Amino acid sequence: MIERDPFGYIMVIFAMTVAVYLTRAGGYWLMGRVTIGPRVRRVFDALPGAIIAATVAPLLLRGGVSALCAVVAAGLAMIFVRRDFAAVIVGVAVAAAVRAAGL
Amino acid sequence: MSKSFSPHWTFGAFREGVIATLPLMPGLFAFGIAFGTVAARKGFSLFEAEVMSAFVFAGVAQLIVVDAWPQELTAATIFAAATVTFVICSRFLLIGASMRPLLVSLPAVQVYPFMHFVIEPPWLLALRYQRNGGNDPGFIFGSAATCWVVWVVSIAPGFWLGATADPHRFGLDMVMPAFFTAMMVSLWPGPRRAIGWIVAGGAAILSDQLFGGFWYVVIGALAGSLVGGLTDD
Repeated sequence: MIERDPFGYIMVIFAMTVAVYLTRAGGYWLMGRVTIGPRVRRVFDALPGAIIAATVAPLLLRGGVSALCAVVAAGLAMIFVRRDFAAVIVGVAVAAAVRAAGL
Repeated sequence: MSKSFSPHWTFGAFREGVIATLPLMPGLFAFGIAFGTVAARKGFSLFEAEVMSAFVFAGVAQLIVVDAWPQELTAATIFAAATVTFVICSRFLLIGASMRPLLVSLPAVQVYPFMHFVIEPPWLLALRYQRNGGNDPGFIFGSAATCWVVWVVSIAPGFWLGATADPHRFGLDMVMPAFFTAMMVSLWPGPRRAIGWIVAGGAAILSDQLFGGFWYVVIGALAGSLVGGLTDD
């Protein structure tokens, strides 16, 4: 159980809110202070895909067979059906099925 | 967010953003239920869990901080909570930077309050929206507002349930990876620039293995975007 300390709780929420807001607004703010050349522009164009790849790759390695099957199935579903929701449902269902099969 | 005083964004695009976000509601809802459950188990009140969700609005950071809540709160532990949050959410620095082109036409008084609502799904949906020729920031406003409402509402059922279905057994931990994969299909830049993705994934795995923690997203993303951006010539 937690020490009932409303002031401490409020301070933690405040500190977390400030920290997360700094990350959310900080990158945007910084981009307004820096002039962007075509080379930097291209690096930023490549950024979104790189963030996604960097997020998913270690999850795949950690998640093992079921995660790999889920992600491949989700990718295939997206290629053929072109619906995010279908891809998510297929990915989740495949993960559950593979785990139910004991892999 | 201010209403329709600005000519720079429209409610038509806002609605489009809301609709584009609806397919993601089940996943977000499941995540919110998970957080509500953890908060209930750790002895928080529903009000406390809701306040944190509304203000912090970062599921992974919330889960980790609540799960590791210290016995005694000191200035040092409060600073540690802020540091953990900053590190986990450091990917938002990159996401915010990449949103500059979409939002730069708006006055700062609209943009900076909005930045509080930035999370991955609206950002990803807005990227695709821009790729398809859209340039109305109302789209991402609508998408982010939807996510925030769903997130805050979803805490309550999780809290009341106290315990949910095992997320691993039902594959619920695959919601975000599957969603990200679907987005990668949408964002496919062609085989040449996809080299950056491979570098990003490789660097992320390497730094995950070497350092642990949460830095892998930042390291992988920077390595991948540098390589992907500079091999484009």
